[in-house]
Amino acid sequence: MKKDLLSINDLTRDDIYLILDTAEAMREVGERPIKKVPTLRGRTIVNLFYEPSTRTRTSFEIAEKRLSADTLNIAVATSSVLKGETLVDTALNIEAMAPDMIVLRHASSGAGHLLSRICRSRIINAGDGMHEHPTQALLDAFTIREHKKRLDGLKVAIVGDLLHSRVLRSNVLLLTTLGACVWVSGPATLVPRGMDQLGIRVTTSVDEAVADADVIMMLRIQQERMQGAYFPSIREYFTTFGMTRERVARAKPDVIIMHPGPMNRGVEIASDVADGPYSVILQQVANGVAVRMAVLYLLAGEPEVAD
Amino acid sequence: MSQVMDADRMSRALTRISHEILERNRGTDDLALIGIRTRGVPLARRIAHTLHGINHEEVHTGALDITLYRDDLMRHAVGPQPLIRKTEIPFSIDDKRILLVDDVLYTGRTIRAALDALIDFGRPKAIQLIVMVDRGHRELPIKADYVGKNLPTSLSQSVQVHLQEIDGRDEVEIQES
Amino acid sequence: MGSELGNSPMGNLSKRERWLLKGGRVIDPVNSRDGAFDLLIDGDRIVRVGRDLPVEGGVSVVEVPAGLVICPGLIDMHVHLREPGQEHKETVATGTAAAVAGGFTAVACMPNTIPVNDNAGVTRFILTKAAEASLARVYPIGAVSRGQQGEQLADIAELKEAGCVAVTDDGRPVATALLMRRALEYTSMYDMPVIEHCEEQTLKGDGVAHEGFHASALGLRGIPAEAESIMALRDIALAELTRGALHIAHMSARQTLDAVRWGKSRGANVTCEVTPHHFVLTDAMLGAPTAYDTNVKMNPPLREAADRDAMLAGLADGSVDVIATDHAPHHYDEKRVEFDHAPFGITGLETAVSLCFDRLVHTGVVSLSRLIELLTVNPARVLRVNGGSLSEGAPADISILAPDMTVTVSAAAMRSKSRNTPFDGWTLRGGVAATVVGGRSVYVDKNAMLGHCG
Repeated sequence: MKKDLLSINDLTRDDIYLILDTAEAMREVGERPIKKVPTLRGRTIVNLFYEPSTRTRTSFEIAEKRLSADTLNIAVATSSVLKGETLVDTALNIEAMAPDMIVLRHASSGAGHLLSRICRSRIINAGDGMHEHPTQALLDAFTIREHKKRLDGLKVAIVGDLLHSRVLRSNVLLLTTLGACVWVSGPATLVPRGMDQLGIRVTTSVDEAVADADVIMMLRIQQERMQGAYFPSIREYFTTFGMTRERVARAKPDVIIMHPGPMNRGVEIASDVADGPYSVILQQVANGVAVRMAVLYLLAGEPEVAD
Repeated sequence: MSQVMDADRMSRALTRISHEILERNRGTDDLALIGIRTRGVPLARRIAHTLHGINHEEVHTGALDITLYRDDLMRHAVGPQPLIRKTEIPFSIDDKRILLVDDVLYTGRTIRAALDALIDFGRPKAIQLIVMVDRGHRELPIKADYVGKNLPTSLSQSVQVHLQEIDGRDEVEIQES
Repeated sequence: MGSELGNSPMGNLSKRERWLLKGGRVIDPVNSRDGAFDLLIDGDRIVRVGRDLPVEGGVSVVEVPAGLVICPGLIDMHVHLREPGQEHKETVATGTAAAVAGGFTAVACMPNTIPVNDNAGVTRFILTKAAEASLARVYPIGAVSRGQQGEQLADIAELKEAGCVAVTDDGRPVATALLMRRALEYTSMYDMPVIEHCEEQTLKGDGVAHEGFHASALGLRGIPAEAESIMALRDIALAELTRGALHIAHMSARQTLDAVRWGKSRGANVTCEVTPHHFVLTDAMLGAPTAYDTNVKMNPPLREAADRDAMLAGLADGSVDVIATDHAPHHYDEKRVEFDHAPFGITGLETAVSLCFDRLVHTGVVSLSRLIELLTVNPARVLRVNGGSLSEGAPADISILAPDMTVTVSAAAMRSKSRNTPFDGWTLRGGVAATVVGGRSVYVDKNAMLGHCG
């Protein structure tokens, strides 16, 4: 595996399966009374989060602690970025204290790439701007495999703000690599250029996307999007693209409903769907720890010489 | 490569060990077998089966992957991490007499890792060690309680235990590296 | 490998009054010359051009090695010299040094300085600095609107009088159609073009890269091509209405080129320029070889292969009038940030000639003669300045180019203060042998002038 995990493109198909299989073993650690193994003992991992995040950061932190690593959380307020140190300087200062890994979440696409050119530490991308969120896609795949036993040939519908979603990009890359049939759907104003070149089906009809779907993945709608005139109102968005029980009924009877969180109930997803029998949203969260443990463990080995 | 034990000898060794277990431990009530992955696991199952055949009692059996506890994990040469397999111990180990099972006892480091892992699972009353082959060259103060065969070896040799369940045949081989 | 003075074949000439440039191939499209001609230079003028001119007493001879091309001094009509106000990026001195090293005898500099060049004071300041540096000629371009704020016209007559050759609000478009109309009408009185940075600002939004597959894949906010072409259409229509002179700066999109062709066919007084990076690179550079390389971030952005190819076609068929670099130096620290936060722009003065030779001439897209039109004849015409030819009596602004010189681009070795170029490490065929401004040699590549073009 490569030194850093910045994008799903950094992983081969075999790498992906290795991570998923390793996550199985890691999940078992979380089921023990003593949820700890000494594997990364003495390793220092810095969680450098430029965007606020409870879910992802906590998930990484638990994963790191379960592997006995020493963790350091740095939550950077946006204003200090504007007033003070550049990302590069912050990273170099951290690097001087020799961490083994930096888990980075940042508002700018490509922030991890910038750091990986400068730092010796391994960089794990925990979400960069609109670009990618690789560990989210990995835990999504893990969850799907848990329920469906396989990924290839499944119809996966991803619905929502496609343009701004890093979860979308990572999932599209990962699911197509594993042979799933991916449909994406959202308002025309939120479809990125060139989506059709990724080997997926693009439609502005959410009903078409979810028809006979095995998996429905909902993406967050950010309320601020209305400022950019992407859609007229929350009400209209919910009517045209919201995941309701009626829409879910068009999918396969054993469909699973997923969401990377945090949810906007009544915006992209109806409450009764979020809490309903098809929802695996909370399991995604639980699986996140196991998958991140797997990623940390696998990246902690010495990187291969030829890359 | 030369064969040191054939299928028949292995089978008789396991039978002998099973009787020894019953002899040293009064009954099988608080016994549990835990095989160390990978080949310790089928050996543990076979012993459980043989024990059942003798005194008609079921003995709990589990599988332990010690990869995460190895002391050489971050020190190995350039290359990918070793593969982890699942640990499955579907019973409480508290107050039990645990019989750890492995195929070959060599430096003792694997057993040390297994002991560390078990302590994280609970507090057993006692831990005993069963191995098919003890090839000497201990680096830690570890000893086996039940041994299929003592096999003096030199450091340049390697010992392979093949099992029907994994390798398609039962055989112990010694090989010059 | 250059020096202005010293023991080079041309180094001592700055002290001499009359010298003869002998040998080499003279290409002078204005005078329909292409061949072995000699140039006799007296002081700051070319006094005679002819074949096998006799060597008179008191005249030094400079033998130009075979294979070199002698042409009218190249003019880069789109350069940011950054002085006054941003001297950490570039100064008039370092910028003109970069210019002559790049083979340019003159540059036109943009007004988006601090303070903006919207008054005679700043214009004269720039000209003073240029005279002090005494390297390339500098033709200042003034602002269209006061402070480039897009509200009121700047004192354009005053700017012209002080030495400005054109006006622009470059960095931004002229804010409203009404103001653009007024600017075109007003400048037509002074025979000055309005140079426009075509960009519909609401469509551009907070975009940082061309809106296309690559930006989508990398999660970068996109700028559609139509942000440029819509503004071009607006301005061309206004140029028709007013009969003013419109020059479209740094054209990047094929839709814009189509608009220009349309305008020209209707008789509008419109000209346009393309930068070397827009006819060489595409938005694929966003992802590789270095993902999110801020030296690939400029405005207008690199676009798709179809746009790049359209620019090449336009250069070949005459729809494109000028090649200008949009030399936009930025300090290393400013570019060493997240892609979103990096300023737009790359340098261009010291890579232009090599890129032009390598990607236009040697590939057969344009002839040498056409290249010279693009790099000097047409810029001189658009800016209405004395240049673009090697006529007898013309200023002795001469570029001596080496079409077959092997050049390895080195950002560290550049004379510009800034290093922001995507071409670092590129090996190109074609370069600059010497640059002469007003009869003085201000840049010499010793090896090239001695005939070693390795």
